[in-house]
Amino acid sequence: MTDLRKIIIDGMELEVDPRLTLLQACEEAGVEIPRFCYHERLSIAGNCRMCLVEVKGGPPKPAASCAMQVKDLRPGPEGQPPEVMTRTPMVKKAREGVMEFLLINHPLDCPICDQGGECDLQDQAMAYGVDFSRYREPKRAAIDPDLGPLVGTCMTRCISCTRCVRFLTEVAGVPEMGQTGRGEDSEITSYLGAMLTSELQGNVIDLCPVGALTNKPYAYTARPWELRKTETIDVIDALGTNIRVDVRGREVMRILPRNHDGVNEEWMADRSRFVWDGLRRQRLDRPYVRRDGKLHAATWAEAFGAIAEAARGKRFAALAGDLAPAEAVYALRELARALGGTTECRVDGARLPAGNRSAYVGTATIRDVEAADAILLIGSNPRNEAPVLNARMRKAWLNGCEIAVLGEPADLAYPYSHLGTGPADLDKARDGLAGAERPVVVVGMGALCRADGGAVLGRAMALAGETGAKLLVLHTAAGRVGAMDLGFTTEGGMEAALDGAEVIYALGVDEVDLPDGAFVVYQGSHGDRGAHRADVILPACAYTEETGIFVNMEGRPQLANRAGFPPGDARENWAIIRALSAALDATLPFDSVADLRAAMVSEVPHLGRIDQVPENAWTPLPAGDITDQAFGSVATDHYLGTPIGRASEVMAEMSRLSRSRSAPPLAAE
Amino acid sequence: MLADKDRIFTNLYGMLDRSLAGARARGHWDGTAGIIAKGRQHVIDEVKTSGLRGRGGAGFPTGLKWSFMPKQSDGRPHYLVVNADESEPGTCKDREIMRHEPHTLVEGCLIAGFAMGANTGYIYIRGEYIREREALQTAIDEAYEAGLLGPDAAGSGWDFDLYLSHGAGAYICGEETALLESLEGKKGMPRLKPPFPANTGLWGCPTTVNNVESIAVVPTILRRGAGWFANIGRQNNAGTKLFAISGHVNHPCVVEEAMSIPLKDLLEKHCGGVRGGWKNLKAVIPGGSSVPCLPAPLCDECIMDFDWLREQRSGLGTAAVIVMDQSTDIIKAIWRLSKFYKHESCGQCTPCREGTGWMMRVMDRLVRGEAEIEEIDMLLDVTKQVEGHTICALGDAAAWPIQGLIRHFRDEIEDRIRKAGGARRPVAAE
Repeated sequence: MTDLRKIIIDGMELEVDPRLTLLQACEEAGVEIPRFCYHERLSIAGNCRMCLVEVKGGPPKPAASCAMQVKDLRPGPEGQPPEVMTRTPMVKKAREGVMEFLLINHPLDCPICDQGGECDLQDQAMAYGVDFSRYREPKRAAIDPDLGPLVGTCMTRCISCTRCVRFLTEVAGVPEMGQTGRGEDSEITSYLGAMLTSELQGNVIDLCPVGALTNKPYAYTARPWELRKTETIDVIDALGTNIRVDVRGREVMRILPRNHDGVNEEWMADRSRFVWDGLRRQRLDRPYVRRDGKLHAATWAEAFGAIAEAARGKRFAALAGDLAPAEAVYALRELARALGGTTECRVDGARLPAGNRSAYVGTATIRDVEAADAILLIGSNPRNEAPVLNARMRKAWLNGCEIAVLGEPADLAYPYSHLGTGPADLDKARDGLAGAERPVVVVGMGALCRADGGAVLGRAMALAGETGAKLLVLHTAAGRVGAMDLGFTTEGGMEAALDGAEVIYALGVDEVDLPDGAFVVYQGSHGDRGAHRADVILPACAYTEETGIFVNMEGRPQLANRAGFPPGDARENWAIIRALSAALDATLPFDSVADLRAAMVSEVPHLGRIDQVPENAWTPLPAGDITDQAFGSVATDHYLGTPIGRASEVMAEMSRLSRSRSAPPLAAE
Repeated sequence: MLADKDRIFTNLYGMLDRSLAGARARGHWDGTAGIIAKGRQHVIDEVKTSGLRGRGGAGFPTGLKWSFMPKQSDGRPHYLVVNADESEPGTCKDREIMRHEPHTLVEGCLIAGFAMGANTGYIYIRGEYIREREALQTAIDEAYEAGLLGPDAAGSGWDFDLYLSHGAGAYICGEETALLESLEGKKGMPRLKPPFPANTGLWGCPTTVNNVESIAVVPTILRRGAGWFANIGRQNNAGTKLFAISGHVNHPCVVEEAMSIPLKDLLEKHCGGVRGGWKNLKAVIPGGSSVPCLPAPLCDECIMDFDWLREQRSGLGTAAVIVMDQSTDIIKAIWRLSKFYKHESCGQCTPCREGTGWMMRVMDRLVRGEAEIEEIDMLLDVTKQVEGHTICALGDAAAWPIQGLIRHFRDEIEDRIRKAGGARRPVAAE
């Protein structure tokens, strides 16, 4: 940027981009400006008036620094740079005045408010307020709307910053909240008193600067200063949302998003945020062995003994489920190889080509999707499969991107042109993509989990190659790309891998039915579908309880950390496999996760480059024959897509509400 | 006193024919095409030279405002918006124009639209003005029928369409950017400035918002010459002005008078004087509810124009003179205005949303005297905390009447508190 503008902030002279707001320029100068309504990722409202600063040469009143741009300032009479002052008596008076106004109708119920300790109003009242009250009149109270099972309300505390309104309207794309009434009787509420339906609604809790919108499932359970905070990665969808897990004692108390501009910005899907009660229920806390058709609790030694007895000399097949970290997949692959067995991670039947990373991951990053000016969605409903990615696609649309869809039409929270339902209509997208500067083709599992999925992917790649588009495969399983990177596949897919298998080792495989007759070892964290079918159950850690590498849908390896400990006898996934390998006389050559990672990274180097998206060399697939069958949807229930979600009462309630909304209304009879 | 020949609105009282034929008989729509033929710059220069200042309250020079519009369109259309949302308590001058002289406004819209390169004009009329809306719509329809609007309006070669849009009765929609929001179909909440409407206004296009009176006087100014208009009134306060006098006078009225007329002349010549005589005068609010009041001693020498009233820390505003005689409870009168502003605050920004209610409640106690003497200063401090800290001027408008009250009638408030025995505040058991 060449045309920088000189500006003086509190006596410091600096050069900034003229398009910056005064507030941003002050941040560059290291000057803190208090604010409530301003948020980097939302439109500017300018309504809280907390960010007032004095501008020299302007009108004799303070200016809202969040709304005024540097280019709007006039230079002095002799061309001096414009001057902004944040520590003058005028500014101090303005801030104290606004703070007083915010507090006069705010209930001073901090001791019973869930926001206490992490409340912007509390902090800024300490920093910029005065320590007495002159208000002698009755305070205002408001009626709390019921926004559903996730967002609790206490609207008397609301300071009308409208961040929640702007988030739902702009980012989530569902204008479900607004400000009704006017003057001091105005209220933030949901329209018609309806519950929120957005799959991103939890973010309004983070955005709310006061305790007006609170986390309902977490309500009154902990104070922020009691919590141990661990930064880790979410696995409920394949986006790899950066999260922070807050733990008290052994229990996960809540999950919050972290900022990562390349992945989730600072948003998070509800099914990831509110899944934590699923980490407490239905947990496998000890090994089980099936005897006489019934599962009996066992010791680790008995369980390993039962496996060794059943597996010796038998045909061994190893399957990796959706939530498996790369370490466990690597260990299981080594074990399977040692036993001469087969491996497969494409348990849903996705026709992802092994070894061709440009085809099973693609070449587009999530940033590319957001920056695109044309997006073609093939057999995917991103709102259902990766809500945060959908919000970023919406952002692309807001910036002028043309979005086209091939597949089942669905409400994506932005308009798109529906080109057709099946692969035969693929060519209709050519002109739109060819005319764009930064086109992206997104292929979803709905297009790949079918017999001609490989051919569809081949044609999509051919189309992308011709039009210069980048490709993104929209995965739905957090562990899938890591497992593909490790070559956890068998030529021919699931059918070939399970062909004649006598012992099936299911590493967290809950989403598919395993063939009858085989001896099934299930290793996982929850007593879900997979465990019901098992002959031996090995209890393992869930994603918040062990460290592991997960590669997200754009191919970015990210490191998940241990936030807490697993219940009972459950162990880390890789360690179970390592221990079992000794019982099967195929001892794996690593004794610690560090050894394992060293071996894994020496084979697949990019897994060691945490948070870097490797470039994938473009290798087109042969285009095979396609059928004219319409693209289906892999959409399982949005909230119940993982064993953890299925164990969560909150998710069950959300799923019930979502189903009841989509059901046709029935009149009372 | 303004001579009859210098009056612009000769049918202000509706005694004559308000139709197009009647307007033409009074000289309106005369040579409109000729005025436009002189070019855009000519029109703007003439309006600048005439010294016309905006009649909506702020008194910003109209010609200057028009010159802020881009000279060349960058592809976006330009819009003229006429603010006919006359909702300020005491103000009722624009309604007389709209119901009895609608053609002055329609003709003014065409000329003003031409001067700012706008092919489309919108008149946003207050929701409660139903008959005025009908009269204005009739005038617009007549003008269309006569070819004075539409393509090649009035034979000038300039295409101009004029639409009448009506509000729903919110005072805040008279604020220019809230008016634009409302016109766009959104909730009437003021926008942040900058960007100013001249750059980004209606639907993101360059827009100028003018008061009805500012627009309606333009055709006559251009016909009679800028010098004629500039010679009426004091330097920098030129022209004729509609004054709306209400309250304790013998004959409340709307009258067109010369700018800078002494207040005493205005009340005695046109309104039959103050009820009970000039000595019975207690205070005057000279420019609609939002300007500070003037006590009787100041009224003796009061000159009704922008600059004199500004010097007295009041304002001409919309020139809606509210006269109060000695029988008035001035504290209660100002409390009523506070209640109005509390009711009309849009609730968007903090100081106004919270401050108007606070001020109203303190005023409520002051009326009854149930307060401490110190609370007068506290109230003054609160008004200063609202003033200048809000998005739009409603916060200022709510603060000024109270500041005027405390400035001029502090002794009366103190007397009342003493008489009532101060605050009766409930005390918690300890």
